[in-house]
Amino acid sequence: MYENIEQLQLFFPEVTIENGIDMTTVNVPVEKLLPVMKQLKDNFGFNYLAGLTAVDYNEEDRIEVAYHLMGIPEAKEIRVKVNLNREKPEVCSVTSIWPAANVQERETYDLLGVIFKGHPNLTRILCPDDMVGHPLRKDFKKEGGE
Amino acid sequence: MAEKNGNLRTEEIQLNMGPQHPSTHGVYRALLTLDGERVVGVENIIGYLHRGIEKLAEDRTYTQFIPYTDRLDYLAGMLNNLGYVQTVEKMMDIEIPERAEYLRVIMAELSRIASHMIMIASMALDVSGWTAWFPPFRERERILDLFEMVCGSRLTLSYMRIGGVANDIPEGFLPNLEKFLNDLPRMIDEVNGLITGNEIFKARCQGVGKLDLDTAIAYGVTGPNLRASGLPFDLRKAKPYGIYDRFEFDVPTLNNGDSYDRFVIRLLEIEQSAKIIRQAISNLPDGPIKAKVPRVIKLPKGEVYHQIEGAKGILGFYLVSDGGTKPYRLHIHSPSFVNLGVLPLISIGETVQDFVVNIASIDIVLGEVDR
Amino acid sequence: MAMEGIFTGIAASMRELLAGAPPWLENLSMGFLYLVGVLAFIFLNALYLIYLERKISAYMQQRIGPNRLGPHGLLQSVADAVKLLGKEDIIPRGADKWVFLIAPILIFIPATMLYAVIPFGKGMIAADLNIGVFYFLAVASTTTIAILMGGWSSNNKYTLLGSMRSVAQMVSYEIPLTFSVLGVVMLAGSLQTSQIVMAQEKVWYVLLQPVAFIIFFIAATAEVNRAPFDLVEGEQELIAGPYTEYTGMRFALFYSSEYANLVSVSALAVTLFLGGWHGPWLPSWLWFVIKLYIMIFIFMWVRWTFPRIRIDHLLSFNWKVLLPLSLANILVTGVGIKIYQLLTLGRW
Repeated sequence: MYENIEQLQLFFPEVTIENGIDMTTVNVPVEKLLPVMKQLKDNFGFNYLAGLTAVDYNEEDRIEVAYHLMGIPEAKEIRVKVNLNREKPEVCSVTSIWPAANVQERETYDLLGVIFKGHPNLTRILCPDDMVGHPLRKDFKKEGGE
Repeated sequence: MAEKNGNLRTEEIQLNMGPQHPSTHGVYRALLTLDGERVVGVENIIGYLHRGIEKLAEDRTYTQFIPYTDRLDYLAGMLNNLGYVQTVEKMMDIEIPERAEYLRVIMAELSRIASHMIMIASMALDVSGWTAWFPPFRERERILDLFEMVCGSRLTLSYMRIGGVANDIPEGFLPNLEKFLNDLPRMIDEVNGLITGNEIFKARCQGVGKLDLDTAIAYGVTGPNLRASGLPFDLRKAKPYGIYDRFEFDVPTLNNGDSYDRFVIRLLEIEQSAKIIRQAISNLPDGPIKAKVPRVIKLPKGEVYHQIEGAKGILGFYLVSDGGTKPYRLHIHSPSFVNLGVLPLISIGETVQDFVVNIASIDIVLGEVDR
Repeated sequence: MAMEGIFTGIAASMRELLAGAPPWLENLSMGFLYLVGVLAFIFLNALYLIYLERKISAYMQQRIGPNRLGPHGLLQSVADAVKLLGKEDIIPRGADKWVFLIAPILIFIPATMLYAVIPFGKGMIAADLNIGVFYFLAVASTTTIAILMGGWSSNNKYTLLGSMRSVAQMVSYEIPLTFSVLGVVMLAGSLQTSQIVMAQEKVWYVLLQPVAFIIFFIAATAEVNRAPFDLVEGEQELIAGPYTEYTGMRFALFYSSEYANLVSVSALAVTLFLGGWHGPWLPSWLWFVIKLYIMIFIFMWVRWTFPRIRIDHLLSFNWKVLLPLSLANILVTGVGIKIYQLLTLGRW
C-alpha cells in the first residue's frame, strides 16, 4: 500500500498531479484511466467511489469527467479528471472496479452525453427515453428560458 | 415457489410496482420479475421527479440556489442547506461566527432525527405495524414546530445562509428543544415496545436484504446502511466538517447488515444526535449569527467537492466556478440515488413482501434520487 | 322476562298470523323473515363495526377518530356507504366482465348463509341443522371461490397474486380450524350448534379446551383475512389484493363481507367456546351480543397491534405448528373423555 499519491507517477509517468482548493487532483489521459483507477483502488486504498460526474466546457471544446474517490475508513480524498473530446466523448467505464459507478455513469450519460465504454446498461436514467439532447450540456436549449 | 417437476408449466410474471404504489415511498417504480411470490429480477426505474435542479443551479446566483437544496432530501432540509452553504464557503475562505456554527449543528442534527423518524415510521407501516407509525410522527411534528419557530417554515426551511444562518433562535426555542430531547427516550421506548421487539417484525426483517460490508462499499452505500453492515464510518467523525470535531458522540454499528439492523441503527443514531444537540446547547455562545458576506457573491475560478454526512448517507456537492456570480456547474451526489443501486442486488431471491421491507430499510427519498 | 322474548315473539306472532295458510306459504314467509333478520343484523353490524374499528384503532394510536358526523361520529359509516353508492362502477377493459360483476355478490351469499346455524339466543336459530358446525365450516370455505373469481377476472397482477395467496392461505388454515372444532364436538357429542350451547350450561368449553380455543382463534383470524394474516389484501405489497380494481358499491360489498365474516366466526367462537347465549340476569340474546363484541374487540386489538406475517412463514406456521398441535389436542381430548368415563361411570 502506498501512502503518497506522488508515487502514482512511478507507475504512470503521464499523469499530472496538482493541489486543488480541497484535495489533490490527478489528471489522467483518457486511455490510461482504467489502469490508473485500478492502481488507485488496489494499491492506494481508494476503495470508495464518492462521486462521478462531468462538466461541459463548451468554449474549450472539451468535456471533463471528474471522479471523486475516497478511502474508507481513513476518509482520504482524491479527484481524478479526464478530458474528453466534446464531439465524441468516450471513456472506459469503471463499473468493473466500483459497481457504484453503474447508476452514476448512466446519469452522466443521460445528462451530459458521455459514452462509457463497457458499461452493462448505458441507457437514460432520469430523463425520458425518447428525449433528444443532453440537458447539462451548455448548449442545451431550455424552453421558456432566456 | 414454482414447481419444477412433472408437467406443471410455470411462467414468470412481470409486475410494475409503482410509480403509484403505497410503499414505494414516492414516485419510484420497480419492474419486478416474479416467480410466484419470489423476486427473480428487479429493475429500478426512476426519474419521475427529475426537476433538473443541477441545470437550474447554473442560472441562479449562489444565494438564490439555497431554497432548491430543500427540495432534494425534503425530509432533512437543514442537512442539504448545510452541505451546500459549506461547499460555497469552502471556496470563499470566510470565518463563520461561533454561534452560527453551533446553531447549524443543532438544526442539522434535528433534521437527521426527523429523517430517521420518518424512516422508522414508514418501515413499521410497510410491515403493516400501523400503531408504531404514530410515536415517531408525533415527535417529528415537534421538530417541525421547532423549525417553524426559527425560520417560519416546516419542511422547505432554507435556514442556512452563506456565512451563517438566517435568523437567531427566538425566545422559547431552547426550553422547547430541551423538552423535546427529554421526551425523546420515551418515543424510542414506545417504538421498541410496539415494533422493534415484536416477533413477527423480527421474522419479517432479520436476515432479509442482507448486505455485507464489501458489497456495501463497492456499491457506494453509505450512511446508516453502511454502519448497519459493520463499519463505523461516519464523516462527522472520520473527516469532521464545521465544528463536529468538538462533540463527543459514538458511531453506532451493527453487524448483520439486514433490514432489521438498518432499522435499529436509526434508533441508535437518534440517541447520538440528541447527545450532540445537548452538547451544542450547553456550549452555545453569544454573538453574531452571520459573517460579513458581500451582497453579490463571486467565487474565484476553481472547483471544490464537499461532502457531509447526510441523513441517508454521504451527501456531496461538486461546485465548479468560472469566476462569476453563478455556479458554472453544480453536481449533487445524493446518497439515496447511490443506495438505491444496491436494492436489486439484495432483493433478488426474496419475496415481494421482503422487497417492500428492503425499500423501506434502504430509506430513499425520491426528491434526492431524481433531483 | 319481556326482553327475552322480543325476537322469538315476533316469529311466533308471524306464525300465528299465517296459521290458516298452507304449509309452503308459512315456510316461505318464515324463511323470508329469517333472511330479513339476518341481513339486517349483518348490515347494521358491518356499518357499526367499521365505525368501531376506526374508533378503537384511533384510541390505540393516540388519535380521536371520526367525530364530525353525528354524535361522536356515529354517522360516519353511513356517510361512507352513501358515498360509495354514488361512485362510478368501473369495469376494467380487460376484465372478464360477468365473473367480475358476480364475484362481489357471490361473496355475500356464504356470508349470509353462515348465520342460519348461529343460535343468537334461546330458541333463536334460523335452521337448527343436526350438522350445524359442519355446515358452517363447509360454507365458510366457499368464500375463497368468490375472492378467486374477483381476483382472476380483474385481469390485474396484483389481484391475481392476492387471490393466489387467498387460496393458499384459506385451504391450509381450514384444516386446523376444523380440527380445533373437533375437540368441542367430541365433548358435546353433537354437531348441532344448539346442542353444543346446551352442553355448556355448567362450564364453558374454553376452560376444557383452551388449546383448541387458541388454535381456533388463530386459524379463524387467517380464515377471515384479518391482520396479522391479512396477506390477501396486503395493502403495502398488493395495494388491495383481489379488490384492487373494484369501485363503489362492489368494493363496499367485498368490504362489508369481511366484517360479516368477522362477525360470523366470532359468533361461532362464542357458540363453541364461550357458552353461547348462556348467562345470568340478562336476556339470552343480549348475552350473546356481549360475548360476540368481546370476541370482535380481541380481533381488532390483534389487528392494530401486530405487523403482517410473511407468506412462507404463514404457511409453515400452519403446517408445522398449528396442525400437529390440533391433532395432539384431539388425541388428548379423546383420552381425557375415556378417563372421565372410566372414573365416573366405571366403564370404558
